[in-house]
Amino acid sequence: MIEMLLSSVPQWALAHAAPLLVMVPLMLAPLLALVPSGRVAWLVSIAATAATLVFALILLGIVQSPESGGIVSYAMGNWLPPLGIELRVDALNAMILVLVGVIGLLATIMSYPTVLAEVRKEKTALFYSAFLACFAGLCGVAITGDAFNLFVFLEISSISTYVLVALGASRDRRALHAAFNYLIMGTIGATFFIIGVGFLYAATGTLNMADIASKLPALQGSRTVQAGFAFIVVGLGLKAAMWPLHQWLPNAYSYSPSFVTMFLSATATKVALYALIRFLFFVFSPTFAFEHAAFTALLMPLGIAAMVACSFQAVFQTDVRRVLAYSSVAQVGYMILGVSVGTAAGLSAGLFHLLNHAMIKGALFMAVAAVVLTYKGTNIRDFAGLGRSAPWTMTAFAIAGLSLIGVPLTAGFQSKLQLGYALFDNGWWWAVILVVFSSFLAVIYVGRILEAVFFQPPVNPRKTRKEAPIVLLVPLWILALANIYFGISTDIPLGLARDAAAAAFGLEAFR
Amino acid sequence: MPAFLTALNPGWLMILAGVVAIFLPMRRVRQGITIAAPLLGIALLVMADQNVNHLTASVMGLDLVLYRVDGLSFVFGLAFLLAALLNSIYAWHTDNRLQDGMALAYAGAAIAAAFSADLMTLFIFWEITAVTSVFMVLAAGTRAAYFASMRYLAIQVLSGVLLLAGACYVYNNTGSLGMKAFVSLREPGAMLIFIALGIKAAFPFMHNWLQDSYPKASVVGAVVLSAFTTKLAVYAFIRMFPGQDALIWIGAVMTVFPVFFAVIENDLRKVLAYSLNNQVGFMICAIGLGSAGVGNALALNGATAHAFVHIIYKGLLFMSMGAVLYRTGTTKASELGGLYRSMPWTALFCIIGAMSISAFPLFSGFVAKSLTMSAVSHEGLTVVWLMLLFASAGVMEHSGIKIPYFAFFGHDSGRRVKEAPFNMLLAMGMGAFICIAVGIPAIVPGLGYEWLYNLLPYREEAMSYQPFTFDHILTQMQLLVLATFAFIVLKRFGLYPPEKPGTILDTDWAYRKIGFGLAQWMGTVWGKVGPAMTAVFLGISSRAYERIEAAFSPRGELARGALTGAMAIWTAALLGLVLLLAFVTVG
Repeated sequence: MIEMLLSSVPQWALAHAAPLLVMVPLMLAPLLALVPSGRVAWLVSIAATAATLVFALILLGIVQSPESGGIVSYAMGNWLPPLGIELRVDALNAMILVLVGVIGLLATIMSYPTVLAEVRKEKTALFYSAFLACFAGLCGVAITGDAFNLFVFLEISSISTYVLVALGASRDRRALHAAFNYLIMGTIGATFFIIGVGFLYAATGTLNMADIASKLPALQGSRTVQAGFAFIVVGLGLKAAMWPLHQWLPNAYSYSPSFVTMFLSATATKVALYALIRFLFFVFSPTFAFEHAAFTALLMPLGIAAMVACSFQAVFQTDVRRVLAYSSVAQVGYMILGVSVGTAAGLSAGLFHLLNHAMIKGALFMAVAAVVLTYKGTNIRDFAGLGRSAPWTMTAFAIAGLSLIGVPLTAGFQSKLQLGYALFDNGWWWAVILVVFSSFLAVIYVGRILEAVFFQPPVNPRKTRKEAPIVLLVPLWILALANIYFGISTDIPLGLARDAAAAAFGLEAFR
Repeated sequence: MPAFLTALNPGWLMILAGVVAIFLPMRRVRQGITIAAPLLGIALLVMADQNVNHLTASVMGLDLVLYRVDGLSFVFGLAFLLAALLNSIYAWHTDNRLQDGMALAYAGAAIAAAFSADLMTLFIFWEITAVTSVFMVLAAGTRAAYFASMRYLAIQVLSGVLLLAGACYVYNNTGSLGMKAFVSLREPGAMLIFIALGIKAAFPFMHNWLQDSYPKASVVGAVVLSAFTTKLAVYAFIRMFPGQDALIWIGAVMTVFPVFFAVIENDLRKVLAYSLNNQVGFMICAIGLGSAGVGNALALNGATAHAFVHIIYKGLLFMSMGAVLYRTGTTKASELGGLYRSMPWTALFCIIGAMSISAFPLFSGFVAKSLTMSAVSHEGLTVVWLMLLFASAGVMEHSGIKIPYFAFFGHDSGRRVKEAPFNMLLAMGMGAFICIAVGIPAIVPGLGYEWLYNLLPYREEAMSYQPFTFDHILTQMQLLVLATFAFIVLKRFGLYPPEKPGTILDTDWAYRKIGFGLAQWMGTVWGKVGPAMTAVFLGISSRAYERIEAAFSPRGELARGALTGAMAIWTAALLGLVLLLAFVTVG
């Protein structure tokens, strides 16, 4: 399919796919602020995200083709790296770009009815403007090869995210408080990150990540480099909601508009995690003694703590969105655990789970958005009996929920399996036990919701049969079916994750 | 032949037909299927090329060989298919969907197991035989049959689990699941498989399930059961443990001890169950003598031939007793006698079966048992030879004379019943025909023992063997005549154990009574201790729940405190930690 795409697009798109991918949404974002009609803004957003997805697929195709050598490098304004800003795509971020593109497109398609219902009408266009800016920022983080440029895009996406969260205030005033909290903490994270980049610049004299990487092995003993490492890991860890720096996340996810929650849960933490992986494996290297120590003494315990503690917290929540939010932190714990193994197998398992989790949480939050739209409440009690009144929505929800638990024949099972293999190969069999235990907790918190949905009578008997609109159901079912399809045939996501891990370790191919 | 047909394991065909039959309400159509399936299976088998993997699969990295025919499995497959055909004819007068379908599926599973060439596939069909065969016992519909079937199922499944464990162990050690002959029993994997097969073959002290369940099965059920389970185990032993010295002695003991039980047992179907045990003992003993590929091909041929003929004549005997049970409602020796007047054909077929099992010359048992006996004497194992000789006399005693005598002759019970239904007679007649056809020398073209010998896995050795030699016949006739003489003398002087109703205590008394007592005692103790322990567990778990809730719930410790402040502190703490780590490791 990708070969067909590559052969059919014009030459200019092939040559300039990398900058266009970011520029299209970034340029359209301010323009949308001027558009009076929300519907037009919506359609433009769909076009923008679709264009981004096409460019992302083009880049993936070029990266996968043998003649490219696995890397697409684009010098912005023809200022050659390391001085100029470089956009650099390899197997790792091509995968992330496609993920952001797919989720962005599906989220945008489903967004319109929920945005109409949850955001004040005169702000609809502004809302889409902020969304496109956020989207462009995430794409920028994923595509850039320049450390400072990465910070800039990180801030573009973060600041627009604060706005998006705050726009939930028309539904729930607590959104303002959540957005403020997120603002403070996100800023701390970003500041830490830029301080770390500053240290690296001081030590190496360059901001281009590939260039930094080539200079670092000689500077391993430098305290400056180590301080830079510490700041970057903590800063990006906060953005990625690494336990215990996750506390901005539950509130931000619970009170923002449903569409924002859905989009952020499937992309924002994933992109931050991507940035962390980029620094851990491409700029720094697991062979550095201090990074190895950080893996075993910091990331691994934090990953495990996340997956156990936050699963417990999820069990006790009464609000469906908070259950899912805490579960997201727990899932980030799985990914961090996979990364902290420090082997190609571990990294690919972490990335595989990243992809699958985006599909799982995307589908779950999409179903929640559908419920918010048609039935309002998000408490578990409000979900009672919905299995009968909204069977299509809730069946998709159940599929994604089972995938979240890790039931065989779902995507979640496959990635946990890969994670288990990687842990076993590394001798961390006890961690496998904890993974299984945490999956057991997932059975409880997902089971509570499913029990209410399918086995309890509705609290409000007037809730009659009412499904979400079709624009919501179609993307929802695409994600739900993807969970089953990729649970049976893992070739595509696992292939992407393994290619990325192979690129990280400089391997020819890792199978 | 089209490709899909060559790859079709006859066993699978039978299982499929069985599943269809379960759901088919039209009686005659269903019974047509149960007869057509074995016929089709025989056709498929005869046309299949030997020593070729017809169907393989790769599941989760395991290479499975689902259908492979060779000289050994061909004989067993053919015998199973013939038995299934006879069973279907024998069951024509019944109308029981579950029994028809399950019997077919059971036979199919045994056949599929015989044609599988790896341990995993063998295990799967091994378990299917266990699950499907239970219905043969259940079909009797009595309370005793229900409990017996549950005990039966538990033991069969245990055997399957042991087989699986052994297969896993072997796979782990060697990386291959292929069925091969194990050299030593010291390896735990081989030992586990050995015990699993031993349970199915009803080794001494593992045999009780057989005498427990077979006599309680339905009329048709007992016939079906007698053919497959133990013979599948025999097949697996030939495949995996040829020449295993332990088997010689196990087999010899196995031939001897049932004789005592069989002689005093009153229930004639139970006598047959004991005699089944004794016959399998001959095969096991022969397997112990044969060595893999080389050496004593005579013994392995003997075991195979014996299994083939035994399936037929034991089925025939069970059929005749089934017919008696069907007409009179009992198989107790004390309540029967003199039935030859009303059931002459049944009596005739029963005598043919009895003469076959006693290995009269010109009957099928003789040509098969000669192979085994020759092998034993060839090896010079005097004690074993004597044990087998004694057991042969015992067979004559309890199966050859006791069964027909007490059922059809002896003192007249006064019962005047109808002859067995025609379909039963037909099935018995076909069985009896095979018994004679295989037993006679090749006077009639196409028949005779050479036909059987020609099928055996070591064909050349078999074809050069001559069963009808002077000393064979003489030995056997002396044995038979003396055994008959002993029976007459004992009977004459009233010394023969009289046919009395009663229960004979076998070794299963130990686990059934003591085990039951133990279970009862533990139940009492649990009744006292249980509530206390439950209270303790509840206390612990509710306290644990409270602690977890206090920590993790929305009101809990983790969610408390000024969010921003706590996060800022955590951030600083983590930063300090990373710096410290770097300092320690590099500095």
